[in-house]
Amino acid sequence: MSGPLQRLKGAQGSALSRRGFMVTAAGAGIAFGFTRLAQAAMDPAEPGGTVAPAAPPQVDPSLWFAIDAAGTVTVNIIRAEMGQHVGTALARILADELEADWDKVRIVHVDTDPKWGLMVTGGSWSVSQTFPVFSQAGAAGRIALIEAGARLLGVAPSACVARKGHVVSGGRSVSYGDIARRGGVLRRFSEAEMAKMPIKPVSQRRLIGAPVKALDIAAKTDGTARYGIDAKLPGMVHARPLLPPTRNGAKVVSIDDSAARGVKGYLQCLEINDPTRTVTGWVLVIAQSYHAALKASRLVKVQWTGGDKATVSEKDIQDHAFALIGKGDTGVDLDVGPDAVGPAFAAAASTLQRDYTTATVLHFQLEPLNALAHEHDGVMEVHTGNQWQSLILPTLAKALDLPEDKVILRSYMLGGGFGRRLNGDYIVPAVLAARALKRPVKLVLTREDDARFDSVRSPSAQRVAMAFDKDHGVTAMTHDACAGWPTQVLAGTLLSPGKNGKYDPFAIAGADHWYDVGQQRVRAISNDLANATFCPGWLRSVGPGWTNWALESFMDEAAHHAGVDPVAFRLRLLNGKGRNAGSAPKAVGGALRQAAVLRELAHKAGWGKALPKDTGLGIATSFGQERDMPTWVGCAAQVHVDRASGVVTVQKLTLVTDAGTIVDPDGALAQTQGGALWGLSMALHEGTEFANAQVRDVNLDTYMPLRLADVPEMDISFLPSTQAPVGLGEPAVTVVAPAIGNAIFAATGARLRHLPITPEAVRAALKG
Amino acid sequence: MTSFTLNGKAVTVDIDDDTPLLWAIREEAGLTGTKFGCGIGMCGACTVHVGGRATRSCITPVSAVEGAEVTTIEGLDPAAQHPVQKAWRAIQVPQCGYCQSGQIMQAAAMLKDFPAPSDADIDAVMTGNLCRCMTYVRIREAVREAAAEMGGHGRAVSAPQAGKDAA
Repeated sequence: MSGPLQRLKGAQGSALSRRGFMVTAAGAGIAFGFTRLAQAAMDPAEPGGTVAPAAPPQVDPSLWFAIDAAGTVTVNIIRAEMGQHVGTALARILADELEADWDKVRIVHVDTDPKWGLMVTGGSWSVSQTFPVFSQAGAAGRIALIEAGARLLGVAPSACVARKGHVVSGGRSVSYGDIARRGGVLRRFSEAEMAKMPIKPVSQRRLIGAPVKALDIAAKTDGTARYGIDAKLPGMVHARPLLPPTRNGAKVVSIDDSAARGVKGYLQCLEINDPTRTVTGWVLVIAQSYHAALKASRLVKVQWTGGDKATVSEKDIQDHAFALIGKGDTGVDLDVGPDAVGPAFAAAASTLQRDYTTATVLHFQLEPLNALAHEHDGVMEVHTGNQWQSLILPTLAKALDLPEDKVILRSYMLGGGFGRRLNGDYIVPAVLAARALKRPVKLVLTREDDARFDSVRSPSAQRVAMAFDKDHGVTAMTHDACAGWPTQVLAGTLLSPGKNGKYDPFAIAGADHWYDVGQQRVRAISNDLANATFCPGWLRSVGPGWTNWALESFMDEAAHHAGVDPVAFRLRLLNGKGRNAGSAPKAVGGALRQAAVLRELAHKAGWGKALPKDTGLGIATSFGQERDMPTWVGCAAQVHVDRASGVVTVQKLTLVTDAGTIVDPDGALAQTQGGALWGLSMALHEGTEFANAQVRDVNLDTYMPLRLADVPEMDISFLPSTQAPVGLGEPAVTVVAPAIGNAIFAATGARLRHLPITPEAVRAALKG
Repeated sequence: MTSFTLNGKAVTVDIDDDTPLLWAIREEAGLTGTKFGCGIGMCGACTVHVGGRATRSCITPVSAVEGAEVTTIEGLDPAAQHPVQKAWRAIQVPQCGYCQSGQIMQAAAMLKDFPAPSDADIDAVMTGNLCRCMTYVRIREAVREAAAEMGGHGRAVSAPQAGKDAA
């Protein structure tokens, strides 16, 4: 119980805990697991998304999967679909153990219900966390079906095998559908039996690791996929918010809608008074259509008083960060082993210290935030896409003064999550408006609204230092990182215990690396000015997105300081000794697996080869998101620098990953392609900054994420492995920027220490 | 009042002339495959065909399509079997999928104009459509595959042109 996910499960409970497991006849089918079918849930392969409730099996523990008389296996997915084809990967795990016919498997993304326990999609956790429990559930189902099939065939279970949706004995067989139709299946597995469930050996896997077409894709090519923004209810009205000048503490002084009253379809303005203060000072413009709400909103005049941070700038936030870093007693030290860094630095033959910064980054998920709320029969029903239903439900319940089980979130596709929809703040004004107006209200933010009140990736400031002995051996290292802490602001109970207080693991992970550096101190510092000025968020790859920028840029600088090749320097420190040896279940092999990735990467990228003038190769490596769920990854970037303009052209990205068992190979590739290009985008193309407590860039006229023409040649591979599967949604993001920075240095000798890397910064660095 | 043809059917919408076509399609006609992304014509999620040309519906006033033929993702092919759609599925392009209606409409229009696009042509045209999941590698690949199926000129796979294909 050490990582953030474990704490999260401890704090919020989990339906996937080790409870007993039941297989039972249910209507004209068999139910496996713990409950009735969820109604009105979303089937991503179904045009329009929503499935009609099936004849509900009358059992009441929660249902993981069911088989009907036609042999269709329906797998319930509690994770949000936001482009990662998560349901497909999870269903493959279950179907493999179940020996199901894949052509008869469908998935359903369930609505919120306490029975599911913790509902969160983030942290690259989904596959890694679900793998053991879905393997066990599938195996339990297989055993129950074999026993029932054997009875029908009049043979002993030991004389039967399960294959492709049939129980087979010699030349005879009975299909799962027939077993379901003929009923009489009842089997209980105790908690102890589940824990010892015989999982198939790797050699007998038939679906895991094999190519598959993702179940959610077809509907995304013909316009039938349904996202939150497409939700409709009879009698609904539309709302666009008018946002106050500050994220926190704003108050409405006056609303003048006289000019809007002439807009056809305009209904009224509504000031939102949120008792939870999740949103403050919001005014909703309500109309019969969204286009009318948009038009009217441009004519409404609202006066506000801003909060006390109304003049804060990015520079203020970063200056404050370095002031906090400069005070030695701020922040929280992580437990990373021997920490006598003071004496080690005092005794060092030489030392190196560098500062690194990253700018504010927007999520810019393409579907603007939205929520459709409707209160009826004592229940507040919300139609929306969300990544962390369990986090926002208590807030909604409090805002509405309803019990939590009277608020239901219906699941929809997410037009991009990337962590933005982990924060469900946008649902609060929708439910309050639905209650106030006593009719369904659909709130949609414009792109500019969405950007202005994004839960951005905080700007970060970091100071890294290393001590060396006379032979250039590393004797000590310190890493201080200061940023806004999303977990402190949004989910305070989930902070991690450090040596001298609690810290946000999502704002420091990555700095607690697998290099053997002798005495070590990792210090996480919350930027209280950032936390008060805006709402920091979790953005794809979270802390490692900036800690790796500092760490892997610094490792390159340290190698040059020591006069050692940067790959050889890292390999020497990735020795797998002590706390870096790794441990079961997910970190078996430890730093030696990271070293293997780095060696393969150097080989594939042609490390050491001669390159043309002003062209360089840079390398960076990491373990992804968390020490107890490491995804070993490395990137080599080949860049060309135009000295006159400062323009950096990335010619090729080579990535090598060891993510343990790969469940869905094409999905793994897609996540790594997208993740690496996110890394490239944040390295060279996107970033904003605060001015007067607002982000400067709110739309694509000035905020410019990577476009297709900027995409370099990419070479992505995975090391074969039968180790436990880990995460793939984020790790590739974190290694690209430092690889590019290191490549710029290799090409020109200019060192960049701020993200994004702009041509101006490159020109300045070239001048030295 | 504006009248136009939407996916082969005559429609009349009673909304202000300056209302963007996007909302006429999504809210008045109820076709939600066309998406709202940026509202300023720079992401491409709202791309439809007007008279066969790829058009950003979020910045096109509905009055501008009076009498025109408008096609959305729902009307691109009656069975969703346009070669671009088939290629998108075969190569598993979509991740979140939100931009993909626009990407597909943009690609389909391009292939009408350039049946055998070079890689540089694909880059030049498709770079106007943002994909936040960054499925760009597969978009390139799928456009080439669709071009090959539609025309099969062989030029689609790769057509090196001096100085244009460096990236």
